[in-house]
Amino acid sequence: MMLSASDRAAIRAVADELYTRLLAAGAVPVETEILQPAGPLLDLYGEDIRARAYVTADPGLGEMMLRPDFTVPVVEAHMRDGAEPARYAYMGEVFRRQEDPDARAREYLQVGFEIFDRAAPEADAEVFALFSDLLAPLNLRPATGDIGILMAAVRGLSTSDRRKAALLRHIWRPKRFRALLDRFAGRAAPSPARAALLDRLKSDTPEALIEAAGPLVGLRSPEDIAGRAAALIEDAATPPIAATEAALLYDLLTLQAPSLAALAHLRGIAPMLPAITPAIERFAARLEALKARGVNVETLPFEASHGRTTLEYYDGFVFTLAAADPGLPAVASGGRYDALTAHLGQGGSIPAVGGIIRPELVARLKGAI
Amino acid sequence: MLKIGVPSKGRLMEKTFDWFGARGLSMAKTGNEREYSGRIDGIDGVELVMLSAGEIPRELAAGRIHLGVTGSDLVRDKLAAWRAQVADWQPLGFGHADLVIAVPQAWVDVDTLDDLDAAASAFRAQHGFRLRIATKYHRLVREFLTANGVADYALVDSQGATEGTVKNLTAEAIADITSSGETLRANHLKILPEGLIHQSQATLFLARNADWAPDQTATLTALATRLGLLMPGI
Repeated sequence: MMLSASDRAAIRAVADELYTRLLAAGAVPVETEILQPAGPLLDLYGEDIRARAYVTADPGLGEMMLRPDFTVPVVEAHMRDGAEPARYAYMGEVFRRQEDPDARAREYLQVGFEIFDRAAPEADAEVFALFSDLLAPLNLRPATGDIGILMAAVRGLSTSDRRKAALLRHIWRPKRFRALLDRFAGRAAPSPARAALLDRLKSDTPEALIEAAGPLVGLRSPEDIAGRAAALIEDAATPPIAATEAALLYDLLTLQAPSLAALAHLRGIAPMLPAITPAIERFAARLEALKARGVNVETLPFEASHGRTTLEYYDGFVFTLAAADPGLPAVASGGRYDALTAHLGQGGSIPAVGGIIRPELVARLKGAI
Repeated sequence: MLKIGVPSKGRLMEKTFDWFGARGLSMAKTGNEREYSGRIDGIDGVELVMLSAGEIPRELAAGRIHLGVTGSDLVRDKLAAWRAQVADWQPLGFGHADLVIAVPQAWVDVDTLDDLDAAASAFRAQHGFRLRIATKYHRLVREFLTANGVADYALVDSQGATEGTVKNLTAEAIADITSSGETLRANHLKILPEGLIHQSQATLFLARNADWAPDQTATLTALATRLGLLMPGI
């Protein structure tokens, strides 16, 4: 559906108003280029981003993308020349390639806010409370989660580091995460091909098997293959994740409750999985900070898996504010992305949290378009 | 006129001519042997358009031809949301080929997508870049790997001789069309059993965006009768 020129103007007016209020809340205005080098985005999101971003080429600079989000360039700019603590606000178009010819949002305005500050729970609460306050007249439905608790639970499993790393790597891909967990917990049998390989590795070295399989072509070396074979042998000898621990993780994946009840539930399981205690205490501190800012934490919905599929670089607090119509995307979304600043920061890192608002949806809900 | 696009050369053209011929509609190239024009006899109001099989999806999407014969792999790969743009009216039973993922035979540790994903992760850590998969079927391969949760790979474009890219060190694995697997074996590659992305065959497609005025619809009805097919939904 095409927006009329006057609708676009109305949306920009809504965006301006939101942006002005973010600046009034103490944020420094920042701008980023629309043409972004593709490299950092591909590194971060992998090949999937090509399906979701407009890719183009610069004769000198190589592959470029039309800005699919602000977070990456804002983080890069901050890590390059920002001083901390810092609060930034921005407003501008993002571009999302769409496969569906009827899709609406190929380019749309975003208004965003990012905090780089080491006082973590306070900053989480600040972003959420600020957005809730800005959008209060729209009576949006909040949803929150905390990827950090899930990650802490994985790190706390009594199993090999390799298994933990595999699970952490796929924490944002629920289907593969679940398949890995089922296998590591002994709920799914290894593939017949895997069993056959392990069998052959009992009598032959990996080098002999590689030799027998045919000439090796390509860059993946015999050492790479032998290294993985050794990892498979080690994994086969690793006992399944204890049923009680696996059950706790499955329970955590499906935990969905009002925040205070969720906190009580998590405290109840913490003695069985002590590694999640610091993450639970951060959750508790965040709820205190939210309460101090007037958020009703008795009723604030919490889902341990919230944001696992759509908000991929988040590794702590995550939230969305959505309209009643389930067909509409979230009006606002955001979260904590501490690992991203380390990834893009070339050595440096700083805790960071932020979020974006989609002015078009605000305008629509206000009846301005 | 109802325009039908068919492949302009090779076995795909011959088999298409045979298929229509067996149903009483004779197709033939006209003029000089190198000229791309053709004729269809046995029905009125139909014009034959000779095209490269790779361009038929685009022509269908644009509605410049009403019907077209091409590989189901090409339609799925070249058209976004292909079902909204074309209807697959009838698979024709020839031009069979599988789009598969293939890796070096010596990768004894890689047999499943789970293995491919783990190998890609270790490869990236070891070599500093993502495991490269050479293909010309970007959309199909990416959708397949995303749906199966494979990460840490990069697609590199290869428009031909894809099986050679691994030996030439421009890719670590490939995704390509194969019918017998012979070229893969000759290049020391093996098919990943879980890596079957699409089973392709030549298919008669209908363009939803073409001009379906009463004349063309009437011709389509007559054609459907001659071919012994049910009318497709436009």
